[in-house]
Amino acid sequence: MIFASKTQNTDSAGVNHSKLKKREPLTDTAFLLTITVSLFIAIYTLAILFLGDKGFSKIQMFFNLFNENAALIVIACGLSIVMITGSIDISVGGSTALICTACIVCLNNYNFTFFTTLLLALAIGLSFGVVQGFLIAYMEMQPFIVTLAGMFLGRGLVALIEVNQIQVANEGFEALSGARIQIPFLGDINKKGTFIQSKLEYGVIVALIIVIVMIWLLKKTKLGRSFYAVGGNSQSALMLGINVKKTKFKAHLLCGLLAGIGGFLYVFHTRSGSVQQAPGLEMDAIAASIIGGTLLTGGVGNIFGTLFGVLTTGIVLLVVTAIGSQDPWWPQITRAAMLCFFIVLQSVICSRKKKI
Amino acid sequence: MSRISNMLDTDRSVSALKAITRHRLFIPIAFLSLLLLLNIFINPGFLTINLGRDSNGNPVLIGNLINILNNATELVILAIGMTLVTASSRGQDISVGATVAIVGGVIMRVLCGSETQPDVLHAPIIVALLLGCLAGIACGVFNGILVSKFNIQPMVATLILFTAGRSIASMAMGGLKPKAPVSFGYYGNFIPGFPIPTPILITIVVIAVTVLVLKFTNLGLYTRAVGINDKASSLNGLNPARIKLLTFAILGLCVGIAGFVQASRVQTVNPFTIVPSIEMDVILAVALGGNSLGGGKFKMTGSIIGAYTIQTLTSMLTTLNVNTNALPVYKAVIIIILVIIQTPIFKSFFANRASFSKLTAGSGKERG
Repeated sequence: MIFASKTQNTDSAGVNHSKLKKREPLTDTAFLLTITVSLFIAIYTLAILFLGDKGFSKIQMFFNLFNENAALIVIACGLSIVMITGSIDISVGGSTALICTACIVCLNNYNFTFFTTLLLALAIGLSFGVVQGFLIAYMEMQPFIVTLAGMFLGRGLVALIEVNQIQVANEGFEALSGARIQIPFLGDINKKGTFIQSKLEYGVIVALIIVIVMIWLLKKTKLGRSFYAVGGNSQSALMLGINVKKTKFKAHLLCGLLAGIGGFLYVFHTRSGSVQQAPGLEMDAIAASIIGGTLLTGGVGNIFGTLFGVLTTGIVLLVVTAIGSQDPWWPQITRAAMLCFFIVLQSVICSRKKKI
Repeated sequence: MSRISNMLDTDRSVSALKAITRHRLFIPIAFLSLLLLLNIFINPGFLTINLGRDSNGNPVLIGNLINILNNATELVILAIGMTLVTASSRGQDISVGATVAIVGGVIMRVLCGSETQPDVLHAPIIVALLLGCLAGIACGVFNGILVSKFNIQPMVATLILFTAGRSIASMAMGGLKPKAPVSFGYYGNFIPGFPIPTPILITIVVIAVTVLVLKFTNLGLYTRAVGINDKASSLNGLNPARIKLLTFAILGLCVGIAGFVQASRVQTVNPFTIVPSIEMDVILAVALGGNSLGGGKFKMTGSIIGAYTIQTLTSMLTTLNVNTNALPVYKAVIIIILVIIQTPIFKSFFANRASFSKLTAGSGKERG
């Protein structure tokens, strides 16, 4: 079963030597991953060279990239897993908005503590995952329709709870949220010449732990390998004795759980909630996965790439903002353009492989 | 039908009932009648239509039904295009709301230039309409190329414009929110001296054109063929990619017309709030019309009735003082129920309970 997942894209090359067989799908992922990593390094270097005076040469900038995107990293991990399984989830933005508002209302009005809020966030995320996973896996509904409904449901429920934008007014939560880790020996010298240590939010640690756990899960566990097998070819996965429906359900469950954690990190970072909270988050997460080398057709992808996908999108947006365009529309258009570029690139790579 | 219902045989009458419930238009018509009944129950004067006068003294028709017919215009026009796209490409275009914003932005830019409140139109309205339609078609073709040439799932391909569309619209208007002169408002409200709202007339024209096109061209047949099996249709001499592209272009044209009507209603466009979550409504209308969201066969009449049903639902919820932002909750629940009813598993549950229990028993077993 473990080998099956690695060789699922090599049916045309079945006559080749067995060593080649194992390598071929990896080269594709590696190819996309190389593009992403080199793109990230290239953009970062260029930004330091040409926009250094706008803060890109500061080390804190690098850490801010993580601080701003911790929630997105977690959510994109969940999305990558769902996409590797050959499904998709566009409800994460809606569930994040719901988690933000629900958590804040509970913190402000019902005296929830940090841990009960965390539990609430996980419960919301998991319930999205369970319901959507059941409908997609066992009722065989189209993932897009189900999660589109989930997206609107999430945002609609926010309006049922609270129409206006609200802020956290809970001292304990605010204190925790404002806490930073001081990074030893790293930092920048400000204009007055004093040394300021770089700061990292606690959410980033959580996000990085989740990335490591997910990499381990996908590489080493039976569940992780069956995600790849089901995404590559659900028919052959079934013949290999994998319970396809259960695997798909678990993928959505995991995505829901990660959306719950991500949503909590989001409210932990922003401390505000509204109907329009986290606009286009689902799109960012999908874009990060695609840029990181996860194929939309399923079966190919890895979390390490997703991490770099998030960082690449983050740095591009920072550069776009720093270039000085005051117009508010450029970030969104840039995101869409990047997504478009990578989707087309994937499609071209896939069709090239089919021809061989 | 009367022959069957006259028979005393209970089996036969059951099968007649089945034949009615199995009819493709059963769900939308039943749902529409249910909603209308509910509306009459809530507001006994729901069906009355009066001939009133607006602030300028022109005769206008006033009534809940007129409002529903009027406000459903964009939905009906978009549902027509979406039905074709769903049938041919087996997916939906989720960018329609954003592309309506783009069209609105283009129209406002053409009509107002860079002034915020011009006294005269900068261009004839027909030019604005044509350019708006052109913008819509361009968006449709962009989506269509991604879907047909690059074989990307429609919903992923249209996700690009779904995100960027409203920002592009804002860019098209140069960040301004211009307000066009009142004469532009005739197309979204009333032409002075004529009591029927203009959007209703536009709807009638669009529906008539659609009916004629489906009757006298092979568009419907080809769309069905491509949607049911694009390999087989390709062996029969069709070009599936071109047909898919064509359906997306037609949806683009529909978006152009809908955007024109929408922009004309209040003579201004806020790209970030115009037609909020209409993509959901349109998909809901198509699903409600008894069309499979998995493509293939389609029923245009169903979609149109579906669109009016959704508008009735929206106006009913608004009457009940539901917040606009909370409307999607009810619609999301309804769309999930509708799609569940369409799934083969649910159908087989009603067709044969035994086979259903076997199916679930088989899938529930751990075999990995």
